Amino acid sequence: MKIGVFICWCGSNIKNMVDVERVAEATGKMPHVVYTQDVQYLCSEVGQSDIGNAIDEHQLDRVVIGACSPRMHETTFQQLMNRKGLNPYYVEIANIREHCSWVHTDKAKATVKAIDLVKKAVAKSYYAVPLHAESLPVNKRALVIGGGIAGIQAALDIADAGYPVDLLEKESSIGGKMAQFDKTFPTLDCSACILTPKMVEAATHENITLHTYSELEDVSGYVGNFHVTIRKRATSVDEERCTGCGECVTKCPAKVDNEFDQGHSKRKAIYTLFAQAVPNKPVLDRKNCIYFKTGKCGVCKKICPTDAINYEMEDQLIENDYGAIIVATGFELNEPTHLGEYHYGHHPDVITSLELERMLNASGPTQGKMYRPSNGKEPKRIVFIQCAGSRDRHDGNSYCSKVCCLYTAKHTILLNEKFPDTESYVFYIDVRTAGKNYEEFYERARQMGANYLRGHVSKVEPLGDSDNRLLVRGYDGSLGEQTEIEADLVVLATSIEPQQGAKKLAGMLGISSDRNGFYSEAHAKLKPVETQTQGVYLAGVCQGPKDIPEAVSQASGTAAKAIVLFNRGQVKGVPTTAMVDEELCSGCMQCKPVCPYEAISQEMITERAHGKARQRPVASINRALCQGCGACAGLCRSGAMDIGGFTGRQLLAEVDTL
Amino acid sequence: MMQDTFEPKIIAFCCNWCSYAGADLAGTGRLKYPENIRIIRVPCSSRVDSALVLRAFQNGADGVMIAGCHPGDCHYDTGNYHTRKRMMLLKSLMEFMGLDEERLLVKWISGNEADRFKDTVESFTSKLKKMGASGKVRDLRCAK
Repeated sequence: MKIGVFICWCGSNIKNMVDVERVAEATGKMPHVVYTQDVQYLCSEVGQSDIGNAIDEHQLDRVVIGACSPRMHETTFQQLMNRKGLNPYYVEIANIREHCSWVHTDKAKATVKAIDLVKKAVAKSYYAVPLHAESLPVNKRALVIGGGIAGIQAALDIADAGYPVDLLEKESSIGGKMAQFDKTFPTLDCSACILTPKMVEAATHENITLHTYSELEDVSGYVGNFHVTIRKRATSVDEERCTGCGECVTKCPAKVDNEFDQGHSKRKAIYTLFAQAVPNKPVLDRKNCIYFKTGKCGVCKKICPTDAINYEMEDQLIENDYGAIIVATGFELNEPTHLGEYHYGHHPDVITSLELERMLNASGPTQGKMYRPSNGKEPKRIVFIQCAGSRDRHDGNSYCSKVCCLYTAKHTILLNEKFPDTESYVFYIDVRTAGKNYEEFYERARQMGANYLRGHVSKVEPLGDSDNRLLVRGYDGSLGEQTEIEADLVVLATSIEPQQGAKKLAGMLGISSDRNGFYSEAHAKLKPVETQTQGVYLAGVCQGPKDIPEAVSQASGTAAKAIVLFNRGQVKGVPTTAMVDEELCSGCMQCKPVCPYEAISQEMITERAHGKARQRPVASINRALCQGCGACAGLCRSGAMDIGGFTGRQLLAEVDTL
Repeated sequence: MMQDTFEPKIIAFCCNWCSYAGADLAGTGRLKYPENIRIIRVPCSSRVDSALVLRAFQNGADGVMIAGCHPGDCHYDTGNYHTRKRMMLLKSLMEFMGLDEERLLVKWISGNEADRFKDTVESFTSKLKKMGASGKVRDLRCAK
């Protein structure tokens, strides 16, 4: 073995505090070190060629660098090794700048320390093993979980790039929350008008397969090679036969509250989610179906002209392989019943913003007419309460739901336009309008007559008059006094919350959630769409409250990530992964539970002992999943587990030199 | 008088993502701390086998520091939780061996906590100076 040691001056950065010549001289005496040199700038072209020449001239097979932090230039030197035909893990760096010359003031002591650090690196390099990243083929098919606007956008982008996409949606139609909205801020575009073309495009795209009324059942595998089981719930309607004529919906005698309209209308037990649903074929809600409850009825089956109704239909399990998974599962709005002071759930005229949104929607339960749920009359004075459950450490969520300020401004504008004689009052903590044209939009709401009162509402209670109106007691911060407003309708800006099944899904995908239950991105600033699990990306509100343009751009971001992966066609793993010495491994599998990536599994090997072949369990590493943390190697009782680049022997050699 | 001239030998295992980066930042910020510490880079604090720590003491280290990301911040999600458990166990083993468990320091230092890194090195060094040399394990093994 021939080791070359190169000590960098880093101009004066190292040389001023460390006697580099002495360091070179001292390490030159170590066994196997055949060449030493101190260079002004090792990272420069001159420095690099110095190392290159020395490798050629002295047939070096290990290179030790005494310079800045390996976090700075490790790849520079590894690339040089590659060019020279040596394994990149045959270079070892001693950090004599950040950890030595820059932090010490005594040159003699600093030089002694620098010698120690370089000796340590030489000792480590002696035991270096060549490492290679494993390449695995990528299955060029994407799964998008969630058919809201984020999921649709991601699916369309990937499909447009020419790759097949499966779009999974738990409801019977794609569209998500955006389909429920009336207008969108700040342009007041009609939500359905901009969304439905995208829904249709997704459904008709040759590269997109829709799986509606479906949920994720199981996920295994890793980036490029996920194996997924999808549960397609029984719709009781044969998709092939059904023409979507709607005859069954008209004749079905069972009526239940329509969740899509927030309970402000009724739907049938066999129903389509909304008029523009995609796919526009009904599903049978077995919980509310008279036939499933009593065994009698069967009207839909009798009436169906194509005989599409099938009561015996069962859930289908669909298995597929994907290269990338995009999570766009969206959000839920909390039920503000826990905020007793607002009287929600006790008085019908206290409603949520989404209920108001449905009322204002021309295709909603009232065709756009406002009414008081208590008596059906048109409300004249409406009080909006912001942050109902958000920014509330005690009774709600501590975070800001981000979109409420703007949609409330939108509501006041829409009310003003449609019903000029209504008065709007908005109680708020702060008005947050960060976003393009948002501040102007809010200004417009105020100019159009919305009354903004800065302060909390302490109580909403029935006024007790013949009209059953409400009294809103609050604090008006600008006047600095208590105020009371008599209202016909109170609208609560409820908090955005993660989906109820978010945790379960996170478990299946091996991704983590923040303390509020939203999925965690891999890096808050620089990896906003990636997760800790490679090949799983986040789009939309499942990662945190955001508005539509943000959700759409994030979705396109995830699509770009998936497309990059598919274009490359293969995944390169981390070279510094765990390795098992099967001879030493006792198969105790203590390493398995500590692995955060589920990269360790048990494998049976056959070996010959006493002339007989016998089977024995050992740990086995999936190198595509392993990230090389070493939790397993730190724990292995028999020393069978090791981490490339940080083997037990290497670390021991380092400790032994000190 | 011994205390004034005694320079303890400290071996530190720093995780690549937080503590090693924190030490780098201390350098970039030109913070100053004593020369006694020698840092060994590990991918994660959980890579540190207890045997390595004992070996360091056998080799004459007066103190060993293991530094990782703050709980909940581990680059590998859960590594530092394993470190915490293992090092607690190792500390009780050290007590059993008659080796002062305070010679093993487990500290969470993030990549932007250069000050915390410097303060930790300073206080650990001065503490070890007061404690004096650790001869216990070294004497047992290396008596020549």
